[in-house]
Amino acid sequence: MNSVVCIKQVPDTETLIKIDGSGTGIATDGVKWVMNPYDEFAVEEALKQKEKAGAGTITIISLGPDRAIETIRTALAMGADNGIHIQDADFAAKADPYATASALAAAIKGVADVKAIWCGKQAIDDDAAQVPAILGEMLGLPVITMVVKFEAAGDKAIVTREIEGGQAVIEVPLPAIFSAQKGLNEPRYASLPGIMKAKKKPVDVKTAADLGVGAAAKTAIKNMTLPPARQAGKKIEGDDADVKAAALAKALSEEAKVI
Amino acid sequence: MAGILIVAEVQKGELKKAGYEITSKAKTLGGEISVALVGSGVAGLAGNLAKYGADKIFVVDAPEYANYTTEAYVQAVAAVVAKVSPSIILIAASAQGKDFTPALAARLGVGCLSDVVDLSLEGGKIVAKRPIYAGKAYTMVECLADPQVISVRPNSFMAAEAAGAGAIENVAVTLDAAKIKAVVKSVEVAETKEPDQTEAEIIVSGGRGMKGPEEFGILRELAKALGPTATIGASRAAVDAGWIGHGYQVGQTGKTVSPNLYIACGISGAIQHLAGMGTSKVIVAINKDAEAPIFSKADFGVVDDLFKVVPALTNEVKKIKGA
Repeated sequence: MNSVVCIKQVPDTETLIKIDGSGTGIATDGVKWVMNPYDEFAVEEALKQKEKAGAGTITIISLGPDRAIETIRTALAMGADNGIHIQDADFAAKADPYATASALAAAIKGVADVKAIWCGKQAIDDDAAQVPAILGEMLGLPVITMVVKFEAAGDKAIVTREIEGGQAVIEVPLPAIFSAQKGLNEPRYASLPGIMKAKKKPVDVKTAADLGVGAAAKTAIKNMTLPPARQAGKKIEGDDADVKAAALAKALSEEAKVI
Repeated sequence: MAGILIVAEVQKGELKKAGYEITSKAKTLGGEISVALVGSGVAGLAGNLAKYGADKIFVVDAPEYANYTTEAYVQAVAAVVAKVSPSIILIAASAQGKDFTPALAARLGVGCLSDVVDLSLEGGKIVAKRPIYAGKAYTMVECLADPQVISVRPNSFMAAEAAGAGAIENVAVTLDAAKIKAVVKSVEVAETKEPDQTEAEIIVSGGRGMKGPEEFGILRELAKALGPTATIGASRAAVDAGWIGHGYQVGQTGKTVSPNLYIACGISGAIQHLAGMGTSKVIVAINKDAEAPIFSKADFGVVDDLFKVVPALTNEVKKIKGA
């Protein structure tokens, strides 16, 4: 079966965020770009399912500026077969989850015989966690979010998803859309031969116009700010741990009034 | 303004607190407050919502909703939306709300603002504040068309009683079965009373300094002493070491939390962790290493062995609570 994995290039989690001159985006100088960590689980699961089935093609789709090609190549080096790079700087700058999903949906429609569409449960930059649900509406497919276990069985899949305080087992016909949660698998590293091979794998470059979609965002960012810096507070002193614990309990109860 | 619709969530036969929080906040924005209540055997809960300011409560009560599925719930709420024509729809950004909200917005063909922590009204439009990069920055965002669909992070607002008209209307929804493709085969929920980390008022969290899986027991003891609104959490280091499940992880690749009190035990304070818990109202750090970065963010710092401090703190809390 063929799968599609939608991935996003995001700043590494160690990045210290700074606001850029426009006041609505982040300063990108010195930022180390990586594959969204949840998308790594998505790529890994598509690879595992292909290995198990012994057939199928995995197409990686990413919307982003020029540099996003590096992240597509990373997924190809892990073992995916080909890529589609929706490279439209203007679109990427304005795109909200709805506009992003519309571009991804248009690209997915061009891939033949897709049985599973994988996304990460959310991107760790905008933390919106909306694209899988919107894709489901646009493509008319069921969406199962927060998947931690996946088994394909003929024309359907049995998946376990994380719910509050536990898990639910869901049966869903394919094709369907899945969002990957941590715990689903252990993403592999790209091997050196994998990296060499990835350079030769095909990546189609498409603009939003090629796909027939416009940057029709449905939400807008007015401005971006940094949270107020937290300051170091009171150090609880005392001769031993018992004395400190008593002083801390007193401070939390009487001063901070939180217990 | 055409009013606000809130989608209240029921868990284990009770309305979740976040629903009251949102209703209270909606009350301050003005206009008529409607609530959609979807589930199986939930009709009896409608009255509680009136106490927090609901003017109209639309109850969709049928056995089909015993197990949550995105599609059935979207269809049920969309039916209520068609009745109410609200200009704003507010839903708690719980695990279920995060699954459901963008699906509803997409069905209605409008945009969606996820996991917002503050709301204000400017000329009939909501301007929402939402954390990005797990809290390393904030954006002020708006929806470009009505209804403005917004999920609100639990613990962002205080629930306050304020009587509403409380008219209850039962809504019969004929589900489009052809669209309901996902079938719930089984649900397994731990028999714990602990709240989810994203909704807990107190979190006792452990990191690399915990040294092993068994030691999380002392954190559970402290959380238990602190009461039913407390739970435990963990840093990525503890989760990656296999000491505790990833569902407990707080940080940029885990949960972002906003409790009233966050007690970080043996957590050094990597930037990803600080982002995930930075909006906690009061932060306590307990760590042997006086140089740990967590101390620069903590309201109260204890430099000592957590294996001595935590059990002693549990005893002190029990004394204060009179237990």
